[in-house]
Order: sequence, then structure tokens, then C-alpha cells
Amino acid sequence: MIDFRTHPGKYKHWRLGIDGRVATLTMDVQEDGGIDPGYELKLNSYDLGVDIELYDAVQRLRLEHPEVGAVILTSAKDRVFCAGANIRMLGLSSHGAKVNFCKFTNETRNGIEDATEHSDQKYICVINGTAAGGGYELALAADYIMLVDDGSSSVSLPELPLLAVLPGTGGLTRVVDKRLVRRDRADFFCTLVEGIKGKRAVDWNLVDEVVPRSSLEKVARERASEFAAQSKRPTGVKGIELTPLRRDIGEDGITYDNVTASLDRTMRAATITVNAPKEAPPGDPGAIHAQGAAFWPLAVARELDDLILHLRFNEPDLGTWILSTSGAPDMVAAADESLLANQDDWLVREITLYLKRTFKRIDVSSRSLVALIQPGSCFTGTLLELALAADRSYMLDGTFEGGNLPPAVVRPTGMNFGPLPMCNGLTRLHSRFLADPSHVETVKAESGNDLDAKAADALGLVTFTPDDIDWEDEVRIVIEERASFSPDALTGMEASLRFAGPETLETKIFGRLTAWQNWIFQRPNATGEEGALKLYGTGNQAKFDTKRV
Amino acid sequence: MSIDYNEKIPNNVDIAGDRKLRRALENWQPAYLKWWENLGPVESANYDVYLRTAISVDEGGWAHYGLLKMPEYRWGIFLAPPEPDRKIGFGIHKGEPVWTDLPGEYRAELRRLIVTQGDTEPASVEQQRRLGKICPSLYDLRNLYQVNVEEGRHLWAMVYLLHAYFGRDGREEADEMLLRHAGDPDKPRILQAFNEKTDDWLSFFMFTYFQDRDGKYQLAALAESGFDPLARSCRFMLTEEAHHMFVGETGIARIVQRTCEVMKEHDTDAVRPFGVIDLPTIQRFINFHYSICLDLFGQEKSTNAANYYSMGLKGRYQESKIDDDHVLSDSVYLVPEIQGDRVVGTEISALTAINERLRHDYAKDSDRGIQRFNKIIREHGVDFEFKLPNFAFNRGVGTFLGVEATPEGKLIGAEEWDRRRDEWLPPKADFDFVASLMQPVTEPGKMAGWIAPPKRGIHGQPLDFEYVRFH
Ligand SMILES: [Fe+2]
Ligand SMILES: [Fe+2]
Repeated sequence: MIDFRTHPGKYKHWRLGIDGRVATLTMDVQEDGGIDPGYELKLNSYDLGVDIELYDAVQRLRLEHPEVGAVILTSAKDRVFCAGANIRMLGLSSHGAKVNFCKFTNETRNGIEDATEHSDQKYICVINGTAAGGGYELALAADYIMLVDDGSSSVSLPELPLLAVLPGTGGLTRVVDKRLVRRDRADFFCTLVEGIKGKRAVDWNLVDEVVPRSSLEKVARERASEFAAQSKRPTGVKGIELTPLRRDIGEDGITYDNVTASLDRTMRAATITVNAPKEAPPGDPGAIHAQGAAFWPLAVARELDDLILHLRFNEPDLGTWILSTSGAPDMVAAADESLLANQDDWLVREITLYLKRTFKRIDVSSRSLVALIQPGSCFTGTLLELALAADRSYMLDGTFEGGNLPPAVVRPTGMNFGPLPMCNGLTRLHSRFLADPSHVETVKAESGNDLDAKAADALGLVTFTPDDIDWEDEVRIVIEERASFSPDALTGMEASLRFAGPETLETKIFGRLTAWQNWIFQRPNATGEEGALKLYGTGNQAKFDTKRV
Repeated sequence: MSIDYNEKIPNNVDIAGDRKLRRALENWQPAYLKWWENLGPVESANYDVYLRTAISVDEGGWAHYGLLKMPEYRWGIFLAPPEPDRKIGFGIHKGEPVWTDLPGEYRAELRRLIVTQGDTEPASVEQQRRLGKICPSLYDLRNLYQVNVEEGRHLWAMVYLLHAYFGRDGREEADEMLLRHAGDPDKPRILQAFNEKTDDWLSFFMFTYFQDRDGKYQLAALAESGFDPLARSCRFMLTEEAHHMFVGETGIARIVQRTCEVMKEHDTDAVRPFGVIDLPTIQRFINFHYSICLDLFGQEKSTNAANYYSMGLKGRYQESKIDDDHVLSDSVYLVPEIQGDRVVGTEISALTAINERLRHDYAKDSDRGIQRFNKIIREHGVDFEFKLPNFAFNRGVGTFLGVEATPEGKLIGAEEWDRRRDEWLPPKADFDFVASLMQPVTEPGKMAGWIAPPKRGIHGQPLDFEYVRFH
């Protein structure tokens, strides 16, 4: 079982050092420290285990280190920055494992950019040697790239010429869409095994600066100090501690403090339930800081985050995630209020951004998402996003016969109108009502109001509103039907329908990853018996089917 | 600027008739001469040196002797004569005609091979540049300069390939060859052994014995290449490389000879007071140079090497004499692996073990000279024997990176290594002592006291011939 929970004391492959306002994240991959057997992580190549640690470090830098305004990303290996994802590992991995791995690594790199953009925590990549493939892609996630000018260190994206696949962590998109490298130059660069070094790398904007080896460390520190000095992150305050997540995994269920999942292996479905806080979360920053990791919105973000990753990697057969909530809507509303009222506080902002990223993770998960809104639930504000993220939602009209709970309601709050955008840059509501964006304002006018099934239906917030006579059948049918369809086709359809609206760097990266890379990964030219990825490392040469598709 | 090409750059590749090549070399040559002036042998521009120049590839042409100034050396470009109907001898293209032009699909790989080889040539000149000031004799000084100009010519040979076949990228790489420098912290040479110091003549002879022998094996493997211009360049370079190793082997042999003589004369092992280099010090220098040269062959298991082989770009040593299928997709080769505190052998695909095989060939060849040194020692009735250290000793690349081992190959802890390192590798005191012996001897026919005279002079000249004239 793959466990995403870790902490710096357990890292095998990274070192996290903090010096005043500058953090240094040093990659020093342990060759025999792969998460699976069968390959060696040479030349700072990485596998999922390496990236789990990177993700953990990036998260901790945001929440545990408010003082850090700049992060230096570099390598401890002499003349080697990072050789990208380990090829042998990819060759040994199933298709599903490769896709999952790429998705997760992409999310981490998007998270790095999110830190730069929204938290004023700037990443500076210091490339002290060869940066190939995923190594350069990691650099591309940084805000500023420095390359050692030693006459041999280069940046490269050799996937196409070497392995007959594409860079899997947004390299192609970032080269033209973020670094704005001219497309013809990008074309040349992306077919060049040995990459580009020195002055030309700067001229083409593949890196921001080249620096002689002897002054690399010094210049890196200077740049980092400059960036840190410009950062608006607070100084002289203490971060919170991301204490170890409590998690209990049983045969049919997973339990966290605020989130549970029950697993139905026959129906191949997992029911994820988020529980409202028992008491209203504190409203003033001092008390929020004092609660730290126990503060309900943060705890929910962490638990959901871990659960999604756990289900993605360890429960691939559970194709449907049923999203449900439980508890008092007022308590969720109070939590939302405490987030919205304290947006100037660094920690509250970080928690909100973390919730945003967690919901984005749900959006890009290759699972059918069905929200069930029943009596006793609390699809309020932040948790209403779960229903809006779902491919379909079912809301019980009225109550269950013999039930003593009042009818279910949904309640919009300020959290639904801006703080939690999807990766297309729009709120889920905006994406939902593209045909009439002014409708979002109509919904907004209902902020704070409990909406019953009829009202929610009228506003377009839910898909179907069966009554208690139809409920059981309708719900059973959707889950059984989902289980009977082709999982591949479902994944493709859902991803195509979820992200209406404008393209962003993120939508392009995920869209192209799923469309192009995952197609190429399946093709004989890459993974057939004589495919390039399959044969890489054996010394045997690939044979291509030369027909263009 | 117009140049009489065949006079200025002796060649058999028709520079005069090739506009593209002319343009490239016209730009590069001044930079090369500037490099030679700045980083070639110190203060030597005005010396007349009795040098051998290659002016053509036929029988009498490759060894033309005469006194000349090094900056006026005619660095020529020669390919060994083409073999008619030569076929690719190994890999997936086995049996196909060799490529006389660059195979586009292997452009990147070939460029990398040529750049890596080319980078070592000027590196050694840079490493050896100060040795002229402390030469043990004019004979040795001349040999040093001969090696230097030929390494310069080897650079030309690789630059020619870059210019002739790799377009703009090739020109840039050719320029970079002159911008990286041995031991430069900012722009070091590509391979670590070519960044080490070579500041005394014992190191120089070790270098020409061990590093140049690496050169021989790399060139021999490249001489098998399906890219014919590369194969032909390397074949011609091998003739010069043989001389460099001759300088190294006879140099060490003469030192050993002198040491043994003094040991006998004074009946003692403690010969340092008599101004000669004791045998254990020589052993430590052997340990150092041999182990860093083993690194030059790369990882035991190498995808790159496998690719180069399969693609038909770089073969094995004397490929055609090996009795197998020359495709290697089904054969295996033994490589070392560390299990716990032991080194065991493990079989991997022979394709991915190409580096290891070349390292074995190199090791065998290295040992032959060592046995000849031992013969000299035995002839003097001295009880001492040189040994090449185990593959596990002092390694910075591959399986043995990060572990410590004795010269016998026993894995040991860091603590023991720290304690005993100076028994096995030259400590500063060794270098200081050797440096103290390095007093220049420039009188024709005279030798420094720590080295025996050679058996004969150069090209039939007497030993007291004035091989270098200083003015
Ligand atoms: Fe050479
Ligand atoms: Fe040589």
C-alpha cells in the first residue's frame, strides 16, 4: 500500500533547510531507495516515493513556515540536477500506475506555482548540472531558473527522441505557455537529446540566468534574498505544525477525525463522508492559530487530500466515489465565516488555498463522482463544492419514511463565489452556468439561505430530486450503471465535460496529459515489445510503425 | 584571409575544396592558436623542438622529423585510408555498408561521443603545461612536447568531425572545447581524471601510462564505428597514442630502474635521502592513476553504452576478432555487485555491460607493463612487487561509488579508510617529496638523478642530441 503521509524526519531523498526567509530544498535521491523493487534511482531520477516527499515539503513550507519568502530548489549531486522520472520504473509500471504517477507529480508542480502566485513564496530553481526531462520540468515549475554555465550542463526534454513519449509533467505546455518560447525554437529544443546550455538557453528563455559554477551558490543566495525581501509573507510569526494525520484503515472503510470512506467492493464504489465540526470553529485569528492542524477546515483539507490520493493509488477498482456530508449546516457556515472574515491572515489564506487545491484534486480524479444530498447532510458553502464537483447530484425531496430528520437543504456561502476556483480559473458555479453567467448572481443572492430540494432544483444546483419512493432505485441504478460502463470511456467523458470554459495552463496540462501522453503510452511505438520506452536501457533499438495516425 | 591549406593544415580530407569546412576552420584556428599560447606548454613558443609531424597517411608521411617551433607545428587532419566496401561490424546495422555521411538518427549520440573524446585531448595539454620547467632531461622534454602537439592534433581531428558533419552545433561544440579547462572550477573538463593535477614527472609518466591507455581503448572502440569518418580518424590517432604510452611505460621503467640501482648500491629500502623515488611511493601513484582511470570507462551497467553499441557507433576492443554474433541481444556478462559487505558477480545483458568489458580489456593491458616493471625489480634482486589495485579501490563511478575498499578489494568502513588512506594513495608528503626532486636538467645528454637514461635516442639521434633548443 502506498502511504502519502510523511515528514521531514523520514525523508530519504530530500533535505529541507531553512535559513531566515530563505528555504533550500535539496534533492539527493537515494539510489536504492525506490518505492518499488526492480530499479535504481540513479542521477537523481525520481519515482513516486521521491515525489511524495517533495509534495510534503512544499506543503510544509506553506503552512509551517510563514516566514519563508523564497525557496531554492537544487540538487546535492555533483554535476547532476535531476534526470527526471526513472525510466526503468516507468517501464515496469502498469499503464494505470504511470497515469496516476504523472497526475500526482503534475499536481505537486502546479502546487509550487500556486505558492509563487498566491502565497508570495517564490521558487528559484538552481540547476547545478544536467536537468533532463522531468528534471527540467521541475525547474519549469519554479518562478526563476538559474543554470550553471560550465560548458556542459544543459536543460533538455529528450522524451520524444529518446523514449518516444512526451514529457509527462507539463514540460511542453510550460515551454510555450509559461516561458513563452517561440514555437519553432520549442520544436527544435524538444527533439534535442542533449538539450541546450549556456547563453542560448538564456536567449531562448529556457532559463533566466546562467552563472559560473564557482559563484552559483552565492548568486543563488543573493537572488533568493532579493525575492524573499519582496515577499509579503509575514516575518516574526510562527507557523503551525502539521501533526501526523490520524487514519484507521479497515477492510471496508477508512476513518479520519472528520472524514470517512466506506468501500463497497461489489458495487465498486466508495462513499466519502465529510462531517461538519461538532462545535463552531473559532472566529479570531489567535484562536485559529492555536487550534492549528485541528482547525476544522484545515483538518478536512488534509484528510480529504490524503483520502483522495489513497483511493486513487490503492483502490483503482472503486470507480465511483459517492460524495456525502453529515452534520449541522450552521457549523459549516461558521467555519466558512471564520475563513472569509480572516482572509488577511496568512494562515487562513493558506488553508483556503489548500482547500482549493484539494477540490481541484477531486475534479481531476478519474472516478465517477456522484453527490447524494440527504437529510442530515450539510452541503453548505465549502462542502457544497463537493456537490458542484460531482458529475451528478441527487437530492432527496422531502424526508425518508419514518425518518426523524428534517428535509435536506443546501446552502451557498461566500466560499462558493471566488475562493475555490477550478483549474479553468472559474468557480464551480460559474463553470456550471456558462450559458448564463448572470445566474451566478441569482444564486449569490441566496447566500446564507437554506434551499430545499425544490429551490435547489429551480436554481440548477442539483441534477435530480427523487422523493423517498424513488430514491433507492435511482441511486442504485446510477451506481450499477456506472459500474457497467467502460471505465476508460467514463474517464474520458467525465474529463471532457467537467472543464467547460476557458483554457488555462493547468487545463492544458491535464488535458494534454490525458489525451496525448496517455494515448502515446498505450501505443506500440512506445510500449509495444519493440517500443522505445520498453526497450530503453536494454541497448536494443526501437522499431516504429511509421504510419501517422 | 587566405590560407594555403595543404601547407598550413596538412590533410587528406580536401579542406581546400570544401567551402563549409574552410569557413569553420578559418574561424576556429585563431582561437586554437590563442588557446595554445595561453594554456599550452608554458613559455615554449620560441623553442626549437625536434618533433615528428604527420604530413600524410602513407608509409613515410606520418613520421616526418625536424626542428621546429611548436606554434608552427602543422596540426594536420588525417583519416586512415578508407577500407573499400567496409561493412558495419556490430549492432542492429551489422552487415550494412558503413556510413560515409552522418546518420541523422544518431546525430546526438555521435556528437556526444566525439565531444567527450575530443575534450580529453586539450585537457591533457593543459594538465601538463608546467612540466617543461622541471624536465629531467632534454630527451624527456622533447617527448613531453611531442605528446602535447599530438594531443593538439587529436583535438583537431575531433574538431574536424564536428565541423564537417554537425553544422552550427558542431561549430559551437568545437568552440566549447577551448573554453572548458582542466581543473577550472567554473568550466571543468567533462571527465574528472582530466581535471586532476599533473604537476610532476612521476605523475606525467603515470598519466601517459594510464590515462593515455584509456585513450587507446576508447579510440580502439571508436575505430570500430559504423560512422566511417570517425573510425578512420581514430585509427590514425591510435598510431600516435602508441607513442604516448611508450613515453609513459619507459618513463616509469627508467624510474624503477634508477631506484633499484640505488637500493642495491646502498643496500637499503630507505632511498629517499639518495634522491630517488622509493617503490612504495610509486605503488601509491599507480593506485591513484589506475583507479581514477577505471572510472573513465563509466558505469558497469550502461544504457548509453548499450545504445552506442546497438546503433553501431562504438564497438568493443578489436570487435572483429571476437568470436560471437556481434549483436549481443542474448548474451550476458559478469559485473560486480555489492551484497552486504561482499562483492559478488552478477550476470547482466552483455549489451549493457559494454563498458565493463572494455574496462576488463584495459585492466589486462595495464597489467602487462606492471609485470615488466616487476621484472626490472627482480633483475636487481629486490624483493618488491607492484600490483594493480582491485576494481573496488578508490572509485568514483559505478557500483563502487560510495564504498571504501582496500587495494586488495576488501570492503572496509570509513573509519579504516581514513586511518589507512595514506598507505594506499599518495599523501601530500609524497607529492612534496617528488616535487623536491623536480629540478630542471637541460644540458644535452644529462639526466636527473632519479631517472635512468633511456636505451636510445630519438629517430637514430644520439642521447646527447640537443632535442630542444631554447635560444
Ligand atoms: Fe590523444
Ligand atoms: Fe595521448
